[in-house]
Amino acid sequence: MSDSYYNPKDLKKFGNIAEYEPELAKDFFNWYGKVFEDGALSKKEKALIALAVSHAVQCPYCIDAYTSDTLKMGVSEAQMMEAVHVAGAIKGGATLVHGVQMMNKVKKLSM
Amino acid sequence: MIKSLKARDHKLAQIEEQLKVLSGGDFANGELPTFKDKMEQIGEYPLKPTGIEILQVNLGYMCNQVCQHCHVDAGPDRKEIMTKEYMEILLSILRNTQIQTLDLTGGAPEMNPEFRWFVTEARKTGVKEIIVRSNLTIIRANKKYFDLPQFFKDNNVHVISSLPFYNKDKTDKQRGDGVFNKSIEALKMLNEVGYGIEGSELKMDLVYNPNGAYLPADQSMLEADFKRELDKDFGIKFHQLFAITNIPISRFLDYLVASDNYEDYMDTLVTAFNPAAAKGVMCRNTVSVDYDGYMYDCDFNQMLDMKVASKSSQHIKDFDIEKLNNRAIFVHQHCYGCTAGAGSSCQGVVA
Repeated sequence: MSDSYYNPKDLKKFGNIAEYEPELAKDFFNWYGKVFEDGALSKKEKALIALAVSHAVQCPYCIDAYTSDTLKMGVSEAQMMEAVHVAGAIKGGATLVHGVQMMNKVKKLSM
Repeated sequence: MIKSLKARDHKLAQIEEQLKVLSGGDFANGELPTFKDKMEQIGEYPLKPTGIEILQVNLGYMCNQVCQHCHVDAGPDRKEIMTKEYMEILLSILRNTQIQTLDLTGGAPEMNPEFRWFVTEARKTGVKEIIVRSNLTIIRANKKYFDLPQFFKDNNVHVISSLPFYNKDKTDKQRGDGVFNKSIEALKMLNEVGYGIEGSELKMDLVYNPNGAYLPADQSMLEADFKRELDKDFGIKFHQLFAITNIPISRFLDYLVASDNYEDYMDTLVTAFNPAAAKGVMCRNTVSVDYDGYMYDCDFNQMLDMKVASKSSQHIKDFDIEKLNNRAIFVHQHCYGCTAGAGSSCQGVVA
C-alpha cells in the first residue's frame, strides 16, 4: 500500500474497477466513451468542459487527464486557465449566493 | 541560439548512451514489453519490407535553425554534407529502378550547394515525385534563397514544411525566436506562386508535431484547426496536415529525460500500440540515405547508426534492390513512436 491517498500511476488502473463489478464498469466505460465523442458539441469543447469540471470537483486524476487532452487538441494555455476561472467563478458564486439565505435567516430571527 | 548536442559534447550525442536509455528502466525490469516482443505477438517479427517506393535522402545536417525536438541534432554548427559524387549515384539508382518518390531532407536540404543541380537532374530521371522537406525560414534566411518558391514550382517539387502550431508562442518556443513570422512570410510566398491552393497541382503540406511529451491529437481535427486559423489570421492556404509523433531519440530524448517525462512518455507509447499502424510503418517502403551514402531503415535508425541489415548492400555504391527488399528491418524501443495511436510516418498517420 502506498502511504499517499493519491498516486499518479493509479489513473492508468482506472479500468481495473471492472474487477469487482464487471457489468456496471462495462456500461460506465461505454457511456463515458460516447459522452466524449463529437456531437452537438465538438470533442475539443467537451474536453475543455471536462477540464473545468475536474477543477470544480478537485479530482487530481481528471485534472491530469484533461490537461493532457486539451493540450494535445491545441487548446491554448490562456483558454485552459479561463476554463478554470469559469469553474472557480461558479464555485465562488455558489458560496456567495447562499449569503442571501443567511441574510433571510438573520432577518427572520431579528426583531 | 542553442547548440547541437554534438557541439555541446553532450552525453546523449553518443549513440550507445541513447540505446542504453532506450533499453533500460521499465523495459529492463519487464514492466513494459520491448518492441521486438510486441511485434512477435502480432506476427510481424522480423519486420520485412513491402518493397522500396521512397528514397529518402538526407542532404546534410547543416541547418539555419536549432529546434528543441530535432532528432537529427541539426544546426549551423553541423558540417556533414552530401557531395555531388553520391548524388550522381542516386540519380543512376532513380533511372534504373521503379522507385517513385525522392524525398529530400536534412538539416535544411536547400543549404547543400548542389541542391538545385540535384533536383533539376532528378527531374530528368523520370521519378514521379520529388519532395523537399523545407523548414520554411530558409526561404527568408538570405537573398540567395528568395527565389526558392519559383524554383520549386519550375521543378514541380512537392513541398512539405514543418509548422508546429498556428500561433507564434508555441512555434517560437519549439523552433527558436522569430521562426513563426519568417515561416508565415515564406508560406505567403509559396501561396503566391500557386502552392497549397485548392485544386492546384503544386502540393504544399504542413507537418505538425506536439510541443512536448504527448501524442498528437486526431490529424483531421488538427488540420481543420490549422486551416481555419491560418486562413483567418494570415490568408494562408495549404493542402494536408501531417500529424507526426515525436520519436524518443536525440534531442527529444534529452528533453524527455531532463524533464522527467521519459518513463511516462514510453508508457503512453506502449499503451497506445496499434497493430494496424505497426503493419503500415514507413520503413517497409522507404530507405533512408545519409550524407555519406549509407542506407538505413528510416531517418531515426540513421541517427542511431543502425545501418540496413543487408550487409552487401549497405552503401548506395552497392545498391541492390533485391537484397534490400529481402532484409529484416532493425527495430528498437524508439519504434513505438511510429506505432502509437493512428501511427506516425513522414506522411502523417498510417492507420
